Formats: sequence, C-alpha cells, structure tokens
Amino acid sequence: MAKRRGANGGRGLLLYAIFYLAFLYVPVLFLPLFSFNDSAFIAFPLTGFTTKWYAQLFADSAVRQALANSLKVGAAAALISTMLGIPAAKALTRYRVPGGGAVLAFVNIPLFVPEIVLGISLLILLNVAEIPLSLMTVVLGHIVFCIPFAITVLMSRMDGFDTSLEEASLDLGETPWMTFWRVTFPLALPGIVSSLLLTFMVSFDDFLVAYFLAGTDTTLPIYIWGSLRFPAQLPKVLALGALILVVSTILVVVAEWIRSLGVEQGRRPMVGA
Amino acid sequence: MDDAYIKIDHVVKRFGGTVAVDDANLSIARGEFFSLLGPSGCGKTTLLRMTAGFEFPSDGEIYIDGLPVTDVPPNKRPTNMVFQSYAIFPHLNVFDNIAYGLRKERLPRAELDRRVNEALEMIKLGGFGKRGATQLSGGQRQRVALARALVRRPKVLLLDEPLGALDKRLRESMQIELRALQKSVGITFVFVTHDQEEALSMSDRIAVMSAGKVLQIASPRTLYEAPNCREVADFIGTMNFFDGRIVSVSADGTAIDAGPVGTLRANASDGAPPAGSDVIVAVRPEKITLFAEAPRGGNTIKGTVAANAYLGERSHLNVQVEGCKEPVSVAAQNADRLKTAHANGETVYLNWPADAMVILPRE
Repeated sequence: MAKRRGANGGRGLLLYAIFYLAFLYVPVLFLPLFSFNDSAFIAFPLTGFTTKWYAQLFADSAVRQALANSLKVGAAAALISTMLGIPAAKALTRYRVPGGGAVLAFVNIPLFVPEIVLGISLLILLNVAEIPLSLMTVVLGHIVFCIPFAITVLMSRMDGFDTSLEEASLDLGETPWMTFWRVTFPLALPGIVSSLLLTFMVSFDDFLVAYFLAGTDTTLPIYIWGSLRFPAQLPKVLALGALILVVSTILVVVAEWIRSLGVEQGRRPMVGA
Repeated sequence: MDDAYIKIDHVVKRFGGTVAVDDANLSIARGEFFSLLGPSGCGKTTLLRMTAGFEFPSDGEIYIDGLPVTDVPPNKRPTNMVFQSYAIFPHLNVFDNIAYGLRKERLPRAELDRRVNEALEMIKLGGFGKRGATQLSGGQRQRVALARALVRRPKVLLLDEPLGALDKRLRESMQIELRALQKSVGITFVFVTHDQEEALSMSDRIAVMSAGKVLQIASPRTLYEAPNCREVADFIGTMNFFDGRIVSVSADGTAIDAGPVGTLRANASDGAPPAGSDVIVAVRPEKITLFAEAPRGGNTIKGTVAANAYLGERSHLNVQVEGCKEPVSVAAQNADRLKTAHANGETVYLNWPADAMVILPRE
C-alpha cells in the first residue's frame, strides 16, 4: 500500500513539474516561434517560415543605435558596480565588520524597492541636482541596483577564502597592493567575471529605470516599448526579443559556470585542531 | 641573555577584554631550535604571529637581531613563516609557489631557476616544479611551504604547528627531517606546537605557556626532570603529586610531612623552601620501583595494585595508596622475561630514591 501511495505521489510530482516548466517557458517560446512566421499578424495557424524579420531588424539603424547604447550602458554599469563590489564583498566576508549584517541588508534594499519608485526618486534627485538626463544618468541608476547583485555573487566566491594565503604573500615580502594582484585577484577572478556578466545582463534588461532617466536617448528595451505602438513593427520586435532571450540565457549560464569553476581553489583546507 | 637574537620584551596582547599574551619575556639565541609549547588557546600562536608581524603587541617590544621590529609589517621583517594550513597558492604550480618571494630580488632567470631547484632538491621534490599545487599530498604541501619560506634565506623561520595535519608516521619522520634541516641551514627556528613529545624531541629549548603566561623556559631535559611548577610538571609527561609541608631543611636533606603517605625525604637542596612551607612533592612514574616486601632506603609507601597494563617494553600500573584520592602511576621496565605480572589487589611497596623527587610550591 505504502509503495503504491509513493508511486502516486511521484506521478503527481512529475505532473506538477511538467506544468510548472510549461507555465514558465511556453509563453517565452512564442517569441522565437512567431519571429520566424511569415505573417505580420501574431495568430495561429503559422503561415510559413521566413527570416525576413531578422533581415529588417539588422537593417534598421534605430535598432543598431539603441543596441549600441544598451551595450555601452551595460558595460559601464557592470564594470563600475563590480569594481565597487569587490572591496565591499572582501570586507563583509573577510573581517568581522561591526553591524555587517545590517550593512548587507541596507545594500540589498534596491533589490526590493519597486523599480518604478526607484526610477521616480532618482529622477527627482537628478532634477534637484540639475543634472541633465542622458545615458550617463542611466548608468548611475543601473549602478544602484547592480551593486547588490555584484556583492552577492562576489561574496559567494570569497566566502571561506583562506586568509592565510594573503598572509603568506605578505610574509614572503609582497606589499598589500601586490598581494591583491598576485593572490586575491586571481583567486576571485571567476567571481569577478561572473559578477560582470550578471550585472551587465541586469542593466541590459532594465526598462523602467532607463525609461525615467534616459532623456532623449534610447536603450534597447525603450526602443522595444516604443515599437509596440506600431503593429507593423511587431514581427521585428519579436525577432529582437528572441535574440535577447538567447544571448541572455547563454550569458547567465556562462556566468554560473565560471563562478563554480574551481570553487575549491583558495578554500580554507580542513585542518585538524 | 643580552646577545639574544630574538628578544620578546614584556610583550602583552589584548583582544578586546581578553589577554591573549600576558607579559611574555623570551630571549632566543641565534641558530636555536626554540619551541612554544602549550594547550590550544594558551597564546603561543598569538606570540608567533606577533613575531611574524600579523599581530601587533598591545604593549612591549620585539627585537630581531638587535633591531626593534614591533611595528614593522610582515613584508619588511627578516622572518618567514610556515602556516598551519601551509597556505600553498592554489593557482600556482610548485615552482612558482617557491619562487613567489624571490620576485622582489629581481634575480636573473638562471639564478632564480638555480635557487628554486636547489630548494626543491632540499625538500626531496626535485622534478616536481611543474606539478600543480592542488595535486600535492599533505606531506608534499608541508615541504613546499618549508622550501618557499627557506628559499628567501630568512634570519628566523616561524613554524605554526606545521606537522599537525600529518598522520603519525609521516609526522615522526618529518620531525627528524626538520631537525636535521634546521641544523644544516643554521637558521633560528621558532616552532609552535601543542604536542609535548614533538617539542621534547626537536627543541634546544622550550617555553611552556598557559593562559597567556610563559611558565618556564628550559631545555627538554630540565622541563621534564625539574619543572618549576605544578602546571608544567602536569603538562609534560605524567607526574604523581603529593601535598605536603616542609618539616626540616638541613645539610642531610629535606623532610616533608606528606600526610597519609608519611614522611618523605628529599636531598638537601638550596632551592628548598623553609620549614613550615606548604609544598607539592612530585615524582615521575618511571622513577618508582615496585617491591613485594618493604625495601630499605629511599622513600617507601604501601599500596594495592588497582590496574595493570602490559605495553611490551614496560608496564603501566595504577597503585591505590590509602588516604590518597588519585592512584599512584608507576611505569615498570619489563627487564625480566620470566617475571609474572602484579595481580590486581596485590599489596606492593613503592620505592624511590631521595633525589627522584621535585619539590614544587603550593599556592
């Protein structure tokens, strides 16, 4: 009896898992599906295979401009937030910072504040400070919520790092600065690369904050939002969405893979007391 | 000792409210193999880390080769350290690990190769240069850590329980190797350990520490045969203690009233406290001889065998003495092949000569 009930439970779980995954991914799969459909209208039945939407997409100079803007903003936000995150993550994992838990919670707040609130408050701040809106202000806004991601990823890499490795470097005559470059940096490198990729994606994906702070400039998500008003543009947007989906997935997988690379390296070895 | 190579002068280290090292004074001679011995948490590692420059004293001074180094950071000190975890750089191979500390010297390539290969030969890992650090066994990592420190030709090598992570056999062979290495390179070694046998077998001198205080600094033989307090006597080897009071001190000897075990006689000693002082009389298990009949001479007390463990070359016995809480521990050499063992419950007489005892102060 017990066995049968177990088997039923297993089948129930399997069904649950299938529905769960379908719910998650089927809507997303419509994007690539319709991006290859030879019709301007998004409706079944499919009418034929085409790559003309992709051709149109690549020919569109406005898209290319928006893409270039998004890449620039993403690269800048990723670089700056990761660089700011390294010393913070090092301090929080390596030393017993007084009130370290509170600091970490405080740093993470931008993750939980609704983006629209964040966007509006940043807009007000920039207005008061009379800073004109541009791609620079978008980078500023993105750094605010990229830092928590950077710190989290970097901390997971630096946690359990054997501090005697840095002490050994000092002991062998290196300065603290060279110790960072010869020991800390190479050992934290997978975490740093992973943080760069993740923060780039977070910035690249953002619409709301960019929408508030971009002024007359356009990032890719803003371009997509703008295109939705024109039905003729829709297939092209589907093609764009499909491409972003593929690239994002690859980046996130690569980031996770790099972070897990040689995770044992530099870990404090187990030594009998 | 004013010609001390390393001088720890009234060094105190406080962490918040706790005192980790309490007024430590040490003078270590050039070329000496010096050990800091004590239970974990006694402050020996903190003292070593202050000598290396990873911690700075709250009070007092540290001198190396006549120069004060108290506030000098570790990268500017003439010391190198072998860490308990070895701290081998996991992203570098064996050659680059050993060469790590030579970068600053800007040696020509050939000279660098020669120095590192020499170090590899010294630790019997010739040809292991290209091996990744993560592919080494515990013993090999320990050797690489040693070579990496010694290749810089430091004035002082500091070792933080470097043999603690090795298994017993490897540890014993490394003890002999390390001692031979120290004699051949002639560098002053300061060695931290909680293993008394390790300290006794390797060191020229040992400082025994407890609760932040240095209790005694002496050669292994002196620590064992003439400890200066109950704590040291108890920590090094096994010791039997009897509470007593000095009855008389004269040229013929010292008489101690030890309550239930009667009057004990020690040799005349200029160190003996005056009559009336409360003392502890201490005697090592192997100084005691067992007899079936009361012998003449020396100190004799009567007891019954409570436990007997046969260990091959010797036997360990616990003998219960009337009026004593703790049984007396006796180590008897099994010199006679055919002698039968003492049975539990058998009455025996414990005898030891007057000069076998140590008289310690009782607080």
